[in-house]
Amino acid sequence: MSDIKIKVQDYSGDVQELEAPTDMGLSLMEFLKANEYPILATCGGMALCATCHVKVEEGMDSLNDPGDQEMDQLDLLPNAEFNSRLACQLRLHPDMDGMLVRLAADEE
Amino acid sequence: MIQTDICIIGAGPVGQFAVFEAGLLKLRCHLVDALPQVGGQLSEIYPQKPIYDIPGYPTIKAQELVDNLTEQIKPFNPTYTLGERLDTVEKTATGFNLKTSDGTEIDCKVVVIAGGLGCFEPRKPPLKEIANFEGKGVSYMVKDPELFRDKNVILAGGGDSALDWTIELSKIAKKITLVHRNETFRGAPDSAEKVFELAKEGKINLLLKSNLESISGNGKLNSVKIKGADKSEMEIEADYLIPLFGLSPKLGPIADWGLSIHKNQIEVNTTDYSTNVPGIYAIGDINTYPGKLKLILCGFHEAALMAQSAFKHIYPDKHLSFKYTTVNGIESF
Repeated sequence: MSDIKIKVQDYSGDVQELEAPTDMGLSLMEFLKANEYPILATCGGMALCATCHVKVEEGMDSLNDPGDQEMDQLDLLPNAEFNSRLACQLRLHPDMDGMLVRLAADEE
Repeated sequence: MIQTDICIIGAGPVGQFAVFEAGLLKLRCHLVDALPQVGGQLSEIYPQKPIYDIPGYPTIKAQELVDNLTEQIKPFNPTYTLGERLDTVEKTATGFNLKTSDGTEIDCKVVVIAGGLGCFEPRKPPLKEIANFEGKGVSYMVKDPELFRDKNVILAGGGDSALDWTIELSKIAKKITLVHRNETFRGAPDSAEKVFELAKEGKINLLLKSNLESISGNGKLNSVKIKGADKSEMEIEADYLIPLFGLSPKLGPIADWGLSIHKNQIEVNTTDYSTNVPGIYAIGDINTYPGKLKLILCGFHEAALMAQSAFKHIYPDKHLSFKYTTVNGIESF
């Protein structure tokens, strides 16, 4: 079974647990959009707009390090913290099972 | 007062191509954009990225597409108001009267909203009181550097804008403080090096691993509290605070114009991309309808159909016969 469980906290504070496939090559951004979360994804997933900014409340250690482009964008954000990531740069992976992310783009 | 046939809100690729389609029907266009340059998301967010799905171009860089469109619409002499946000749209006896954030007025017969994902606005630091000080010490861009001569200025940010303005304003300001959350800068290495040099020479106050905590003043900005990574706080006197955290798109005033909006997008009729307000159309990423794809090529198609309908709206009694450019060429204005 390639599905994992991810918890998502939206802007109203509600947390929903969702099943996410890891065998479709989806990014977390694409998965959140498909589940009707309000992610603008202005740049289409190129780490250029930060509208998919999330804070990884649990499971940060299971993620790959951000690349240069993502770091550039995160560096610009006034509300970024140590656990900030751009969802478009996180490809869904079995290691992410149990991750909790909080939507953060609207905080700006 | 600017007078035109069609006022296009948004000078991105779809707004630009709308000028072409309107021009074929001899309709004049004026474009308004909050950005200081044409090209919308392409010029602002990804000018050097290749685009693979423009028909006829296996690959084309975003800025090159914008430049090509600028060339393509030149024969129709479009006019522009750039660097100003369109704030109000009001119906008049002859069409619409539009006003920008800087007071520019446009009278037109038809309004075409090609606003993409909304207006690019500066990212604001999450300080409770900041809105009270906008224009009273807080500025999100530097329009006239002279304003800061002999003043105490605090800049915040770690990108190229923050670095460049720190360097420039250090030559004329009384005191410059640069506040940045991290220890290193992601902006151009040369600029970062210059900023470190200025700090070493005591010409600027560089506060790394620090964040803006709060601002205060009495009718005008007086001081800014800054928090370091070690939780220490310091209060710095400031005449101006310039947060430079990049731009992000917001729907903005479009939400207040009486249009039918669903999830930040304008609902349209797919016959001609008209909105619920006669004479107002929406094309490109800003609109929504069943099956909508947010592709530039879809915006181009929507512009073509919109123009036909806009002509009939402006000249209800005139006959419009469809002409191919390959047969008739393009008649410049």
